[in-house]
Amino acid sequence: MNRRTFLCRCEDVTVAELEAAVGKGMLTVEEIKRYTGLGTGPCQGKECLATLARWLLQRGLATSDGLEPFTARPPAEPITFAALAGQDPEELS
Amino acid sequence: MTAPTSALGSPSTPLPAEVDVAIIGGGVMGLSVAEHLAEISSLRIAVIERSYLASGASGRNGGGVRMQWGDPENIALMIESIQIFGTLAQKLGINTWFRQGGYLFVARNSASEAALVRSVELQRQLGAPTKVVDARGIRQLVPELSTEGVWMAAHNPRDGVVFPWALVWGYAQQAARHGVAIRTHTNVTRATPRERGFELELGTGEKLRAARIVNATGAWSGVLNRSLGIDLPNRAERHEILSSEPLKPFLDPLVVDLTVGLYVSQSTRGELVTGITMPGGHGRGTDIDLGQSLAFLRHLSRALIRLMPVCAALKVLRQWSGPYDVSPDGDAIVGPSPGVPGFIQLCGFTGHGFMMAPAVGRIVARWLARNETHPILARWNPSRFRGETLARRENLIIG
Repeated sequence: MNRRTFLCRCEDVTVAELEAAVGKGMLTVEEIKRYTGLGTGPCQGKECLATLARWLLQRGLATSDGLEPFTARPPAEPITFAALAGQDPEELS
Repeated sequence: MTAPTSALGSPSTPLPAEVDVAIIGGGVMGLSVAEHLAEISSLRIAVIERSYLASGASGRNGGGVRMQWGDPENIALMIESIQIFGTLAQKLGINTWFRQGGYLFVARNSASEAALVRSVELQRQLGAPTKVVDARGIRQLVPELSTEGVWMAAHNPRDGVVFPWALVWGYAQQAARHGVAIRTHTNVTRATPRERGFELELGTGEKLRAARIVNATGAWSGVLNRSLGIDLPNRAERHEILSSEPLKPFLDPLVVDLTVGLYVSQSTRGELVTGITMPGGHGRGTDIDLGQSLAFLRHLSRALIRLMPVCAALKVLRQWSGPYDVSPDGDAIVGPSPGVPGFIQLCGFTGHGFMMAPAVGRIVARWLARNETHPILARWNPSRFRGETLARRENLIIG
C-alpha cells in the first residue's frame, strides 16, 4: 500500500487523502468519512470500512477497543424509487 | 498561510482560563458567529463542541439556499445571505460547492398558487429576480418534470445549493486562523452564573470563565437552557432526507413541489438529495430521535415519481435524518435569554439555519462586538414568548 492506493473505490479516496484528513485533526471513523467521502458511494462502506479500520490500527491512530464504525444507513443495498413506491420498474419504462 | 492542525477542532485544543465569548456548539451558526466576531474584534473566543464539527443539523441538511420566502424580512435577510455565500469560497479559502442553479417552486392547487403569487410579488419589490413560470417555462427549465396537474411555478435563478460540511469546515478553519480556540469532543456539563459572567464546567474536568455565553446548540439547546432556569418553547422535530446514486448533471434548480412539501436537488457530486413533509407530522419533543423510517421512503418515492417520472428507475443509496429546531412562530430565537442576559440564544431556526447562517453570523457578531442593532434582532427576541400564542408569519417552510 502506498500513498496513491485507493482505500475507497466508490469515492476514489486514497491513502494520501486519509493522511491529509488525519493531519487536519480528524480522529474518528465518522469524521474521516465526512472529510474524505469514504464510504458514501454505492457500497456504503461495505468494501472500505474494514480497510480503513485496519489502516488506522496499523498507523497507531486508533485502538481496537476505541474504534467504532460509522452509522449504517438504510437501505441495506441500493433500491429503486419504483420498488419503494410499490411499482414494478419494468412497467414504467 | 498554513492552518494549524487544530483548524477543524480537536479534543486537545488548549482552552484559555478565561474568554470574552464562549460559543457552545460547533455547527454552522456557532462557527459563523465565531468567524465574523474574530474578524471584527479582538475578543477572546472559544467554540466548544460536544462531538465533531457539523455533527448536528449542520451536517444533515440538504444545503438549499433561497431568497424565495413569503415574508419581507426573511426575503431581505436571504438576499444578504446569498450575496455573502457568493464570496465565501474566496474568503474562507475552501471550495463550498456553492452552485446557483435556482429554485423552482411548483404549485398544484389553488392554495399553493395563491401563496406563490403573493410571495413572487413581494420578492420582486425587494429586488429578488423571481418570476412566475407557466407549464412551458417549467419544461424548458427541467424537461424531466411532469407538468400534469401543475398550475404554475415560481423561479429564482440566484437561489442555489451548497455542500454543508465544506461550509462549516471553512468557517472553522478561518476562525482558527483568527485565533478562535475550537475544542471538539468536549461536553459542557454545567454553566453557573457568577458575579461577572459565567463559569463553565467541562466533561474533561476543566473549568473556564466566560464573560458571555452563546448557546448555538440548536435542537439540543433545551438541556443547557433548563439547567439555568431558562424556559423557551423551541423543540426538536425529526426530518428525514435521502440521497440517490450519482448521475451526470441534469437538474439545474432545486425543485419544490409546494403542494406536498417535496424538495429535490442534484448535488455537485451528482446525487439527488430529497426530502418531504410527512402527512402525519414529524415526531416532536425534547428527546431527539434521529432514526429512519420506511414510511418516509415510500411516501417520498410516490411523490417524487409523480413529479419526475424518470426517477422511477433511479436507486436510493442512503437515508438519514436530522432535527429541525422548531420555534412556535417559525422565527429564530436570538439574543439575551429572559432573566439571564449574558447567556445568549442562537437557536430556533426551524430548518432554515444553514442558509441564514452567513447573514446571521455577521448580524450577531456586529451586535456582540459593537452593540450594533438590526431590525430582525427585535423580531427574534427570546423574551417574546410571554404566555401568548404567536402566529407564523412565514408560509414557505419546506420539508
